[in-house]
Amino acid sequence: MAKKTLKGKKVLILGSGALKIGEAGEFDYSGSQAAKALREEGIETILVNPNIATIQTSHDFVSKVYFLPVTPYFVEKIINKEKPAGILLGFGGQTALNCGLELEKRGIFKEYGVSVLGTPISSINVTEDRLLFRKKIESLRLKVPHSVLCKSMGDLSKLKDKIRFPVIVRAGFSLGGLGSGVAYNFEKLTQIAQKALGLTPQILIEEYLDKWKEIEYEVVRDAYDNTITVCNMENFDPMGIHTGESIVVAPSQTLTNHEYHNLREIAIKVVKSLPVVGECNIQFALSPKNGDYRIIEVNARLSRSSALASKATGYPLAYIAAKLVLGYSLDEIPNKVTSATSAFFEPALDYVVVKIPRWDFLKFKDHNEIIGSAMQSVGEVMGIGRSFEEALQKAIRSLDLDYEGIISDDLDPDKIKKGKKIRFKSIDPTPNRLYNIAYNIFFGQKIFEIRSRTGIDLWFLERIKHIVDFYKRMINESKQAIKEETLRGAKKLGFTDTQIAEIYHKNWEEIRNLRKKWNILPKICQIDTLGGEFPAKTNYLYLSYHRMENDIKPGENNQVAILGGGPYQIGSSVEFDWCAVNSVLTARKMGYKTIMINCNPETVSTDYDISGKLYFEELTLERVLDIVDVENCPLIVSVGGQIPNKLAPKLAKQNVKFLSNDPYIIDKVENRQKFSALLDRLKVRQPLWKKLTSKKEALKFANKINYPVLIRPSYVLSGTAMFVAYSKQSFTAYLDHSSSIVNPEFPLVISKFIRGAKEVDFDAVSRKGKIIIAAISEHVEHAGVHSGDATLVLPSFSLSEKSHEEIRSVAEKISKALKINGPFNIQFLIYERSPFDLEVLVIEANLRASRSFPFVSKVLGVNFIKLATEIMLGKKVLPIDIKTPPYFGVKVPHFSFTRLRQVDPVLRVEMASTGEVACFGKDFYEAYLKALLSTGISYPKKSALLSFGGDEAKQRLLPAVRILHKMGFKLYATRKTGLYLRNYGIKSEFVYKVFEKKSPNVLDIIKEKKADVVFNLSDRSDIDMKAWTKQITDGYLIRRAAVDANIPLFTKSTIANLYVTSLYKYSLDKLSIKSWEEYVHEK
Amino acid sequence: MNKKGYLILENGQIFEGISVGAEKQVTGEVVFNTGMVGYPEGFTDPSYFGQILTMTYPLIGNYGVTDKKTWESDRLQIRGLIVSSYIDNKSHYTASQTLSDWLKKEGIPALANIDTRTLTKIIREFGVMKGQITFSPPIKSGLFFDDIKDDNLLPYVSCKKPSVYKGGDFRILTLDCGLKENQIRIWQKLKVTVIRVPWDYDPFKKGSDLKVNQGLTPVKFDAVFISNGPGDPKQAVRTIEIVREAIKREFPLLGICLGNQILALAAKADTFKLKYGHRGQNQPVKDEISGRCYITTQNHGFAVDIKTLPEGWIPWFTNLNDDTNEGIRHKKLPFLSCQFHPEATPGPTDTEWIFEYFLTEAKKWLKKP
Repeated sequence: MAKKTLKGKKVLILGSGALKIGEAGEFDYSGSQAAKALREEGIETILVNPNIATIQTSHDFVSKVYFLPVTPYFVEKIINKEKPAGILLGFGGQTALNCGLELEKRGIFKEYGVSVLGTPISSINVTEDRLLFRKKIESLRLKVPHSVLCKSMGDLSKLKDKIRFPVIVRAGFSLGGLGSGVAYNFEKLTQIAQKALGLTPQILIEEYLDKWKEIEYEVVRDAYDNTITVCNMENFDPMGIHTGESIVVAPSQTLTNHEYHNLREIAIKVVKSLPVVGECNIQFALSPKNGDYRIIEVNARLSRSSALASKATGYPLAYIAAKLVLGYSLDEIPNKVTSATSAFFEPALDYVVVKIPRWDFLKFKDHNEIIGSAMQSVGEVMGIGRSFEEALQKAIRSLDLDYEGIISDDLDPDKIKKGKKIRFKSIDPTPNRLYNIAYNIFFGQKIFEIRSRTGIDLWFLERIKHIVDFYKRMINESKQAIKEETLRGAKKLGFTDTQIAEIYHKNWEEIRNLRKKWNILPKICQIDTLGGEFPAKTNYLYLSYHRMENDIKPGENNQVAILGGGPYQIGSSVEFDWCAVNSVLTARKMGYKTIMINCNPETVSTDYDISGKLYFEELTLERVLDIVDVENCPLIVSVGGQIPNKLAPKLAKQNVKFLSNDPYIIDKVENRQKFSALLDRLKVRQPLWKKLTSKKEALKFANKINYPVLIRPSYVLSGTAMFVAYSKQSFTAYLDHSSSIVNPEFPLVISKFIRGAKEVDFDAVSRKGKIIIAAISEHVEHAGVHSGDATLVLPSFSLSEKSHEEIRSVAEKISKALKINGPFNIQFLIYERSPFDLEVLVIEANLRASRSFPFVSKVLGVNFIKLATEIMLGKKVLPIDIKTPPYFGVKVPHFSFTRLRQVDPVLRVEMASTGEVACFGKDFYEAYLKALLSTGISYPKKSALLSFGGDEAKQRLLPAVRILHKMGFKLYATRKTGLYLRNYGIKSEFVYKVFEKKSPNVLDIIKEKKADVVFNLSDRSDIDMKAWTKQITDGYLIRRAAVDANIPLFTKSTIANLYVTSLYKYSLDKLSIKSWEEYVHEK
Repeated sequence: MNKKGYLILENGQIFEGISVGAEKQVTGEVVFNTGMVGYPEGFTDPSYFGQILTMTYPLIGNYGVTDKKTWESDRLQIRGLIVSSYIDNKSHYTASQTLSDWLKKEGIPALANIDTRTLTKIIREFGVMKGQITFSPPIKSGLFFDDIKDDNLLPYVSCKKPSVYKGGDFRILTLDCGLKENQIRIWQKLKVTVIRVPWDYDPFKKGSDLKVNQGLTPVKFDAVFISNGPGDPKQAVRTIEIVREAIKREFPLLGICLGNQILALAAKADTFKLKYGHRGQNQPVKDEISGRCYITTQNHGFAVDIKTLPEGWIPWFTNLNDDTNEGIRHKKLPFLSCQFHPEATPGPTDTEWIFEYFLTEAKKWLKKP
């Protein structure tokens, strides 16, 4: 078998590229576990993944990394160069799978003699093709949703007696759902069909599984046909809501033995018949009325659900799958969790897990918040408890959305007393549905009514009602002191000390002390995969109030706890997991016993073998204190991003010990007023600013410093609620809208918004105030684009030596003044009018690892987090001098605008990208082009659409257009743009704007894919006013159409010019196929 | 408010909970099960007769009580029930009553709000642990526990009178040591006629004709099936003797669970008590002949000692968790048995093929079509 023959040979692993909606951190988890499993076998692992912030792209996991696009073109080149013996396609999501299928189609694997390890391509083809899949399932005499094809109204009448209602009519694929509809009777079906058949030659009439339960099984099969289901999961939200958008519970709660094991048997039958080798996931619809089922789909690869199942059960699915792919049988692989039993077993859970997706709709202005069959969430969290209520409320808090639990602020005791007339809230599927259900139950809506409207099983609604009823009871009893029994009951249901305190008019510390007095403390529970049946050596832990003793003895010596990053969200994702994991690995190497606290199932940091102990727990003050109380060890709070950073000052007040910086210093930096005062004292320059106290004052100040102005709250993460006002009008609009999005706990600040300045990210590590290592990355975009959305270049491409010196000197001053001991980041604005006229302004600083730490570490070949951790743990580290490297690294954001149907795809001060990639090149242009191609954009052939608003934009884009012209691009332009270009002797084909209502208009050009790339520069006012006025402008329509048609779109002149220059300098075949190791020698 | 109740263990430990079943004091062996579904099936499994059952899955009652036809016998067999959280629900379409209603109706006490994981760990370490459920304030000492180990429980769970379940030409004599109804359902599905007789019914004794439906039927059967059942296999002396005779007469034999141990004892091998019993629906076994692995339902505290297997016998299945025996078979003759429950209910259906496999082997041996 392969396990023997592959030893010492090369195996290629395809990663999933940038984090995007629908494909996120779970593939860093699966890829890194696969890499680990292969490496143990003495296989040389080569990874292709341009996502530089991932943990898998590291020599701790793989032998060689290619930061190149996961596309057939590049992967073929790599195969040609490396000549691997085998390839893994199942560990890098749909990106890797699609790339593999295409390579197979082109005969590349055959040509180079590469064997596809694991599930054969023929099986994948069956699972990916709807028709083949249906045929396969029917041949097994199993059920898929009934469907019939209908080409005419005549067909329809013939089908009359065969159709079972309700049905969903699906019109032609290219119409984007136009013409679809649900019919409950023949009359309605006729109506829909008539309309749809007018638009498309044929319609599919499919059985509509309205309000059926949605159930998933994770199935593992080895090459010898041994098959198990590791876990099943039940969706809280019934069919119709994408499983990535659903609240998911494991194990299933409402299934009987027959239902559970019948579906399990079917799952195994399907997987064996395909067959799959490794891991896959199968989705079912199950009727709540009679237990009938339909098979919806099979994913013949590791998926989001398998990552969740892995964390839910403690069964290392990806690791095991990789071993199976190499030819091991399940029974010869040991169970890593118990260290006693084999991998051939099905975990028995003695707890419940609840997963809740995290949406960031607030960040995407103008977005409609309805959840449905398409994935839009950007991250997820998981709560573990011994009751559904406990797990659910933990998960809610883990979302980091300021919810204390399912009882929202709208049910605050003082709000409900006012005796206002109550109106039930909407229970349509939105991110708020959960809280609204609790709200409505509180005010008397019957759970039967909620069930019939939402399809959510009564079981779940009863559990929610249980929480609500208990809350009501506490409110009714709140005139008296809380009873011991009530407090114990409340904690078992997942209420926080803060919530209880509010009800009983106390503060949370008093409740906490009362709990300690009455010995109402959460106990440490082990996740041992076998329900306590055998003793197990597991370090996978959670806390529960349903226990009377701890499963382990906490509080060993020489421990250090690291707070992870929490849910992935816009502005905080895999890069902070990289930081947290590297911090843990470093501390372990130094001989410390490490503890990881995190609540995100998509991470590597929550893998069983990363830390000494893993507390899969909420990152809240109460819970971290609970853990500190028993483990009694210092914390590292500076590597997990903004969530731990925000917690730090609160933890400090409770006398929790930290490694790294004094938590009071964190406040000095995060509180803008204090920070600004510090800068003044240090004589460091900063943009003019003022704390906002009243609307009138704010407008006055804005007038004084002149528009545009930047408004931002303290403790911002990824620019939440940040805004640039270009005029009094838009500022007024912002002020009218902002009350709901600004947290009154922290002050709001207005500053002068500087246009045309260069922006720089300064990442460094200090020891006792002295900078040990630093990196200066320059943004391509001018200031005004959020640094998370900006294109970062390292080393800088345009800054003078003088600027470098000045930046360094300012940073040194700040580091010294704050006695920084650990990682930090400062953002600068640079005005270089001439070598003698230089202005260096500090915009903000963070006393923690920043988003760009993995980027700078990997580009320079020095692990900043390793150094920072060593310093925090007291090691004497000497300053490291970095020479300017002879290559460039460029980091490019990835946007998931395609997934967000109405969002205007432009860049603002608020961050909107969901992920990033970075590539290397011998110059700036090569690195940039590779990175851009890594975001899923294809190399343009020969045409472009141009539409520039205003003379300034036209002028700024002229150089790019000239190059395109020279390269022989066919140019389409709107009237004014075209006329402008004609003045410079550039010919273009005229197209109408949409409002001109004539054809061909811009949208026709885009929809017919006549243009390979779109350049659209809009007036500022057009973009920012839209956020408030909801006007639809031509610019918006062009941008949106480009995104929907998957055509590259450029809305910034800086980037547009860079892009065009890069194209000019590098044709596709000139981009070098070089591994990370060929550029960088790690130190 | 539910009444407080207590579980008092043999070692003096007391757990306080609330009553969700009948308020009746009972004593029994405290055992646990790690299955996540299938409580109606489990609670009616006669192997649990006389036992106080602890469920390690913390939410019990989720889908109420399913129809009687999914039960494994006609009543609750457990003596008492211990759960972490009791869920009072009957919204599932198959539910006719809530679990609490059922327990009360059948007079079975149950306690909720108990730390079942801590309790499970205690039981696991002690092996056999006796306990009492009581609703009066607990007395710390002087508790009397019946000595369950020495009791032969088969008379309590076996059928009292023989009966015949028509299926087809092939007739199987079933020694009912506390069988699970699904075993009969599967035989019938395979077109086999089941002659169900009490655990001590000797078909080889003269005049042992069956009294079925008031008339006398001569005992005629093609094969013998030994069901599962509660307790120490060595207590089933009479059954062992009957099986020994069947071996001698070379009747095809299939044993399940206790039946596996009885077959081993009849073949003059030995059984022993496991340090950690196997109690769940996730037990992995390996077929020693084919190398294939299966997930099975198990509920046993004793195992066959394969070192004592006599000539001609070989291990058939082995547990992958602790390498203990999960089934034996004869090298030449169709004597087969498994320690796990191929009839599942509750649990995975991976090994249901064993029934059919046995039938094929038996027919081959008997040269019957």
